[in-house]
Amino acid sequence: MTVKVMIPTPLRPYAGKRASAEFQAATVGEALGHLTKEFAELRKHLFTEEGKLRSFVNVYVNDEDIRYLAKENTPTKDGDTISIVPSIAGGVS
Amino acid sequence: MATTAQPGTAAKPAATLSNEEILRYSRHLIMPEVGMDGQLKLKNAKVLLIGTGGLGAPLGLYLAAAGVGRLGLVDFDVVDFTNLQRQVTFGTSDVGKPKSEAARVRLSNLNPDIQIESFETQLTSANALELFKDFDIIVDGTDNFPTRYLVNDACILLGKPNVYGSIFRFEGQVTVFGMPDGPCYRCLYPEPPPPGLVPSCAEGGVLGVLPGIVGSIQAMETIKLILGTGENLAGRLLLFDALGMKFRELKLRKNPNCPMCGTHRTITKLIDYYEFCGVRGEEAPGPSVQVPEITPRELKSRLDHGDDIFILDVREPHEYQICNLKGHLIPLGELTRRVHELDSSREIVAHCRSGKRSAEAVDFLRKVGFRKILNLKGGILAWSDEVDPSVPKY
Repeated sequence: MTVKVMIPTPLRPYAGKRASAEFQAATVGEALGHLTKEFAELRKHLFTEEGKLRSFVNVYVNDEDIRYLAKENTPTKDGDTISIVPSIAGGVS
Repeated sequence: MATTAQPGTAAKPAATLSNEEILRYSRHLIMPEVGMDGQLKLKNAKVLLIGTGGLGAPLGLYLAAAGVGRLGLVDFDVVDFTNLQRQVTFGTSDVGKPKSEAARVRLSNLNPDIQIESFETQLTSANALELFKDFDIIVDGTDNFPTRYLVNDACILLGKPNVYGSIFRFEGQVTVFGMPDGPCYRCLYPEPPPPGLVPSCAEGGVLGVLPGIVGSIQAMETIKLILGTGENLAGRLLLFDALGMKFRELKLRKNPNCPMCGTHRTITKLIDYYEFCGVRGEEAPGPSVQVPEITPRELKSRLDHGDDIFILDVREPHEYQICNLKGHLIPLGELTRRVHELDSSREIVAHCRSGKRSAEAVDFLRKVGFRKILNLKGGILAWSDEVDPSVPKY
């Protein structure tokens, strides 16, 4: 199953400046595993040292938050889009 | 100067428009979705803008132009020359003036019929509830995590909607928090990122038009909330990618276990948000890691003396184009795999723009065995200030 992972602007420097990447994956966790294998520097930005997704990084399959699905075990279908959405604070300066 | 059409805060709701107001708002009045009722709702509305910068600029301009009867502007900052690239409320002659007051003057000129108050103060846990209580809608256009959590919590405690917008480089997020039964900022992000893991706008840059677009969407949502019309963004996170020119929308759910707006609220008052976000003081100036340093003046005199010093520039190539010290360029992100380009037997001085990234580079190089390595204190900015003013600052 081919899924597309959308990489947000703040994390692109750690992902070879790519905006998205495609992987064969049956779950969200698998796709993120492939992603952080290909771009090792991304790992610490997405996961804690214990391997847990960081709490300021949300992951969506299409438009659904995986926290309300099966988290990283959420199954993916062919053509699904996985979005990584970190908190950003900018506005004034 | 600001004139107050409705002096005092306890004034009765306006029930009519003057002939001049009817003319000013005629393009609203002839729309059935606004009409006289809607325009009176706008006139009686009280909106507080937190931040009068990039997002605050279109917000202030459009809300004032639309006839929002009472606008509060909270900002403690002063107008800086680098703000003018995107903060379109301000003119060159405003540089150095307090932002909230400069914005008040500009907006009063745009619409003298509304009441505009400037609060030249930093929003804190001590003043937020008092400031918010007289307003119906709070609009978050700030630039840092502590203030965003503070705005969220104060809005939830007072039951007020929070029109949220946030930007980074060419990407934006917009939603409405704090609606009855809707999610809050903590439902979306229970915790802020630790300092240093997410770059700030000052480091990452921002395309000038982006806050214009995101702030305009916030202004639109604010006006819809006042009019009670259309579908607002509560429960939806709008993502905007300016480079791909794409809007996407994600579902945003209310977290039943949210410590702020969930069924078992554990946060019942405002907290210390700097502590919560792991930051002490405003922007934690200077390097985050302690490494041996050299001042620009020392470096200059040693170079003049003919000492063999290798200058390592860890900025990005596009920054090198702006100005450089003729150093060897290895961007911080590439240092790990390009470390072989450096000779550990030579004395090395690493620099970046402000000294922060190069401190990380020095820290890394020391860990891999480099001993004769120093960080240029204050970076190329300090070099420009202390040694060579012909080097532009950016």
